Amino acid sequence: MDTVLLSRLQFALTVMFHYLFPPLTIGLGVVLVVLEGLYLKTKDLQYEAAARFWTKIFALNFAMGVVTGIVMEFQFGTNWSIYSRFVGDVFGSALAAEGIFAFFLESGFLAVLVFGWDRVSAKMHFFATCMVALGSIFSSVWIVVANSWQQTPRGFHIVRNTVGGVEQIRAEIVNFWEVLINYSTVHRLLHVWIGAFILGAFFVMSITAFYILKKRHEDFARKSFGAALWVGAISSVLALIQGDLQAKNVYQHQPAKLAAFEGHYKTGRGDLHLFGVPSDAEQRVKYGLAIPGGLSLLLHRDANATVTGLDAFPPDERPPVLIPFMSFHIMVALGVYFIALTLLALVYWWRGTLFDRRWLMWIFVFSVIGPYVANQLGWVAAEVGRQPWIVQGLLKTSEAYSPSVSAQQVLGSIIMFGLIYALLFAIFLYLLNAKIQQGPELPEAVVPAGPVEHGYLESAAQLTDHAGESMTDARGKLTRETRPESDGKE
Amino acid sequence: MWFAYETLCVIWFVLLGILLTGYAVLDGFDLGVGILHLTTRDDRERRILLNSIGPVWDGNEVWLVTFGGAMLAAFPNAYATIFSGFYTAFMLLLFALIFRAVSIEFRSKTQSAIWRRVWDIGFSVGSTLATFLFGVAVGNAMIGIPITNMEFTGNFWGLLRPYPLLVGVFAVALFAMHGAIYLYLKTEGKLQEHVHSWMWRGFGIFLVLYMLTTIYTLAAVPAAVRNFQDHAWAWIVVVLNVLAIANIPRSIYHQKPLQAFVSSALTIVGFIFLFSIALYPNMVTAVDPAESMTIFNSASSAKTLFIMLIIAALGMPFVLAYTAVIYWVFRGKVQLGEHSY
Repeated sequence: MDTVLLSRLQFALTVMFHYLFPPLTIGLGVVLVVLEGLYLKTKDLQYEAAARFWTKIFALNFAMGVVTGIVMEFQFGTNWSIYSRFVGDVFGSALAAEGIFAFFLESGFLAVLVFGWDRVSAKMHFFATCMVALGSIFSSVWIVVANSWQQTPRGFHIVRNTVGGVEQIRAEIVNFWEVLINYSTVHRLLHVWIGAFILGAFFVMSITAFYILKKRHEDFARKSFGAALWVGAISSVLALIQGDLQAKNVYQHQPAKLAAFEGHYKTGRGDLHLFGVPSDAEQRVKYGLAIPGGLSLLLHRDANATVTGLDAFPPDERPPVLIPFMSFHIMVALGVYFIALTLLALVYWWRGTLFDRRWLMWIFVFSVIGPYVANQLGWVAAEVGRQPWIVQGLLKTSEAYSPSVSAQQVLGSIIMFGLIYALLFAIFLYLLNAKIQQGPELPEAVVPAGPVEHGYLESAAQLTDHAGESMTDARGKLTRETRPESDGKE
Repeated sequence: MWFAYETLCVIWFVLLGILLTGYAVLDGFDLGVGILHLTTRDDRERRILLNSIGPVWDGNEVWLVTFGGAMLAAFPNAYATIFSGFYTAFMLLLFALIFRAVSIEFRSKTQSAIWRRVWDIGFSVGSTLATFLFGVAVGNAMIGIPITNMEFTGNFWGLLRPYPLLVGVFAVALFAMHGAIYLYLKTEGKLQEHVHSWMWRGFGIFLVLYMLTTIYTLAAVPAAVRNFQDHAWAWIVVVLNVLAIANIPRSIYHQKPLQAFVSSALTIVGFIFLFSIALYPNMVTAVDPAESMTIFNSASSAKTLFIMLIIAALGMPFVLAYTAVIYWVFRGKVQLGEHSY
């Protein structure tokens, strides 16, 4: 294997592992802001306990994101030096801005968020939480700006220099605002955010559905589940609407990529494949089911309109079809699943029977895998669909590697990352599970001594009496005054 | 444009120096705490060490990440040459930084003694290895690396020459001392006495290595001396640096740990200043001087440098302000509590 292929594999491995964490940071960040805001407004200790619980998971997830993120920052230079020389002038400023505007903000205030509960006032803590959430959103802005510029470059010109006797071609900024708001930034940013909100919602629903099934922390779990369900349902529907607009944008600016998404080999009427297996050899989608003219209808609002196919591009400028097609279709299918599941749950929620349907709760426990997979596959489709270009239309991936790095070196580092990441992932899951098993320290359970498990079960039993009642009604039993009682029972 | 192109290049060289200084001074002490981590005697002491840097190490590391991003933006050619040229060294560095970070995060999550032991070792070895590699990188930057047409032509083992290795060991001693002084500020009682002895030890080892490195530099890096002939004012920095170093033992002796910490921080500032002067006008010094890449021919366009300057001017005051706020919030001695590591 050569340096280019190995470097691509390493980038795929490290960026996919990294992207397990940032979407949850964004999604949970918003959850924390809401919970702490509610606490400040209502002074209800339940909200504070909930915020403290999610903060622990947020912190663990954040640490994983930081650690795997440093690798990404280095890798442009270590494995893609020609690329770095070519795009540094444009792409680098977005990365540097991410550091200055986002990373300092996030990591600085994270300290207050995690360690500052007893050191600063509740308002100051809320402010810190807002800053962390804002920082993670800023971070996504800059990184999506940088990546979108690679997809749909704008606001630059190509300059030929001679550096130390070496002829060099590179992209330089002409208009910074056009670099920022290039043709696809807004769409892609919205899609990243919606994906993060869906993940955040399903993550919260997964854990709280588990508590509901196990009859632990039930009041907390129902409230969290209900709020997350709304966020999840709205975000899932938005993903469909926004995704449709984004597909048109992709078609307009990266038609080869959209053709690969849809397995549309020949220019002409576009059929919409619900599933199938694209075959490059036969230049068609096999074993599939397609809606005739469906793609034309979606893109042009006209079932007979012509859609540009892969045959419109020279063979060496066509993306591979199988991976983008499969990732895109599975992502869309998952998106439809999210809508169906959350709307069904909302119907039961409306009727007041949601939490009694254990089968549905079990589905929610495992459905968190869906948004993880969908977030990953969305990026796979976007990145593989751009091939063979590393910067659309300007520089090919095969020409962007580091000439001074050997294949053995990259193989060595892939093995190293593979082993470390496998270890980290195992420990991450172990610690995450430990935190979930431990659960939130709800107001009456804030008792340092005694058999903890017993205490939780008992408090859960107490809370079931108040199922379905409003927060304020239940509060009498939830405040700290009841602590001596539960102490006595233990 | 408000600035001449050359001026912008020099400004960004200085700004990168400031980012590197911020990183070395701040992450320097938490790496130093890691280097000293295994000298402690029991679990409680190790937890205090971890929690002394707990709220800040993450933010400190951002200086490095931002340094990397800023270098890509301001000097893409130098970034590409250095990062691809030092491939294996940087992969080891990432390995060390990852292990160190997750060790801090994971260590105290369970009660198991073996678990804690493993992560204690990970934290200490990771911190030491990372510091050593930074030193080796600086040493190589000083004496020059083999480059042809902007591409590194040597290999990893060729980077492990005597001079860079000496600078690597020197960096470990410097950060260990810096970390010990920081710990003296954050601890009390028996542990503080323990740290006190390590301040002296750290300073002693540092002083010996400082003299050795200085002599070796004067002998092996003629470019470093040449710039001092051209820019006589730079001698002031040398004098100030020596004064800062001399003030470290003086402050420790007079029981003024904060002053000792400031002196040790200023010592690091001085070193990076001297390093930058020795480098100037190169970003990457090649063994063959004709192949060296200067800050002028490896920089981005004037437009990008100017935009980046605006970004830095907008962002950095905020960064400094909330860094100060956060250090203020977590001031004082370490107390282990519910949210501690």
